[in-house]
Amino acid sequence: MAIGRTHSVSLLGLQGAIVEIEADISSNLPSFVLIGLPDAALGEARDRVRSAATNSGCSLPARKLTVNLSPAALPKHGSGFDLAIALAALGAAGEVSAESIDRVVHLGELGLDGRLRPIAGILPAVVGAARAGFETVMVPTGNEDEAALVPGIRVVGVASLRDAVIWHGGALEPEPVEPILRPQSQSVDDPELDLADVMGNDEAVEAMLVAAAGGHHVFLLGPPGAGKTMLAARLPGLLPSLDAEAALEVSSLRSLAGFPVGGALQSRPPLESPHHTATAAALIGGGSGLIRPGAAARASHGVLFLDEAPEFASSVLDALRQPLESGVISIHRANSVAHFPGSFQLVMAANPCPCGQYGARDQECTCTPHNRRRYLARLSGPLLDRIDIQLQVRRITSAQLRVSADGPRRTTLDARTRVEEARAIAGARLASTPWRLNSQVPGSWLRGPHARLTPEVTASIDRALERGGITMRGYDRVLRVAWTLADLDGTDQPTADHIGRALYFRKAMTA
Amino acid sequence: MAAKDTLGRRGEQLAASYLEGRGYEIVDRNWRCPQGEIDIVARHGSELVFVEVKTRSTVAFGHPLEAITAVKLARLRRLAAAWCEAHPGRHDAVRIDGIAVLAPRGGPVEIEHLERVF
Repeated sequence: MAIGRTHSVSLLGLQGAIVEIEADISSNLPSFVLIGLPDAALGEARDRVRSAATNSGCSLPARKLTVNLSPAALPKHGSGFDLAIALAALGAAGEVSAESIDRVVHLGELGLDGRLRPIAGILPAVVGAARAGFETVMVPTGNEDEAALVPGIRVVGVASLRDAVIWHGGALEPEPVEPILRPQSQSVDDPELDLADVMGNDEAVEAMLVAAAGGHHVFLLGPPGAGKTMLAARLPGLLPSLDAEAALEVSSLRSLAGFPVGGALQSRPPLESPHHTATAAALIGGGSGLIRPGAAARASHGVLFLDEAPEFASSVLDALRQPLESGVISIHRANSVAHFPGSFQLVMAANPCPCGQYGARDQECTCTPHNRRRYLARLSGPLLDRIDIQLQVRRITSAQLRVSADGPRRTTLDARTRVEEARAIAGARLASTPWRLNSQVPGSWLRGPHARLTPEVTASIDRALERGGITMRGYDRVLRVAWTLADLDGTDQPTADHIGRALYFRKAMTA
Repeated sequence: MAAKDTLGRRGEQLAASYLEGRGYEIVDRNWRCPQGEIDIVARHGSELVFVEVKTRSTVAFGHPLEAITAVKLARLRRLAAAWCEAHPGRHDAVRIDGIAVLAPRGGPVEIEHLERVF
């Protein structure tokens, strides 16, 4: 008899692949066959579509209906294909214009009454449709504002299957229904914490500024109550606002994770602070069937804060090594590989020992040396190797509190301006390279002809290298941080003073 | 006779005349054996056709064709074999069809014929 054809989007990670949905009505006893590797939720689309169509006043014909989701070898998940399946079937039955549905990408889950329910991951799906060259996408009313954030594609919001059929030229009377909306999100950008709240600890504040300017990963070591968490929570505020592409990516990840996105892209860098009982799947992403992004992916373009880092399972921490290296999180399954962005800035905080008091000036540590060594040994060497700034944070004394309360303190807004200026300088210097931030520059380039420093400037680290005080890798890290310090000060090259301060920023583990 | 049986009889009669009008030769009707009943056996060209007829006055409880379930089809398949056994001769090609008769009270009758449903 007839064939109806339309399109929808299947998400694998953040990548949207266009799925062609064909419906064929053949002369046989009524049945509904759905093929093309649907998962359980998608398999149940059969019953949702049949009921929704009947309750929308356009029953499916009492014939054998075969719906194929192509490419047939790509596994498909979730209920977002309902609208496309219903329209393909109605197209095959001649109830709607076949040409009209063929030009449009359809997304949305159907309720039994024919109303459309909003789905998660609409933002990356619409981006996928726009990239594939489609001009129009039809989404549930509840997702309309989110879909409209994608430039270059026309978004049609419909409240029910009946509205969709009418839009595609079906001969039905409009029947206004109450659209199903998502619960309203609170403000997308959480109020940011101000750097001025941090008392004392000037060098730690300085270290956060350097971390923000150069994109360096940070490790904070210190006793409980030293303000590690407070410092880490203020790092996202120091980062510049996201550019359009990064904002789309961050909002897409939120959408995919099932969080409401609302009518505006998230413009501020996200902060994710998973609890230390998190599993590898919770941190980098996973799940059977539908692969969901983990905390590290959601922290992309922002900050991933691991408080009490040694309490994390070491296998979980080491799962971060690949994204730290490549900026991409790849999750492998038997039949697919999902990629998520993973260019987050890592901040780890730890106590120096299980009791937490080691190195504190005011209290005695009760741990044995063996326990102490084992505690921090849980952080693997390769992981710490990737962290440029390792800083010891001390508890503030009452004298420092007095001094700090009097003097002017740096606010987040001032600090962010300085970070933006420093990043602009670094960006101009690295314009001819593939890197944008000092933390991304490999050591060979820093020691090479483009950026080589005079022996007088590097004398202190040359000597440390000779004595075995730092390794070659540590040497490169000091150079990287020194460049960021120079950018912050507005000098063209690091001076011996910058090198000295950079050396200070990596002494936590040796203290 | 209950109302539903009267409706069923009427539907079968309508289906039979529909088939005759399309050039089918009715061979047998309401053939019974211990396993059940075949509504219509007809000959169409060289093919022997076993027809299951379903009649409804409304679609409120589903379309008549939806009432032909997999279990019913399997029984029809066994019945067809039993009929062939009971009627020796050459039965080259056998097929099973379904006919839906929608006969609303006081309205026009609709007949839908599906070939080779099994």
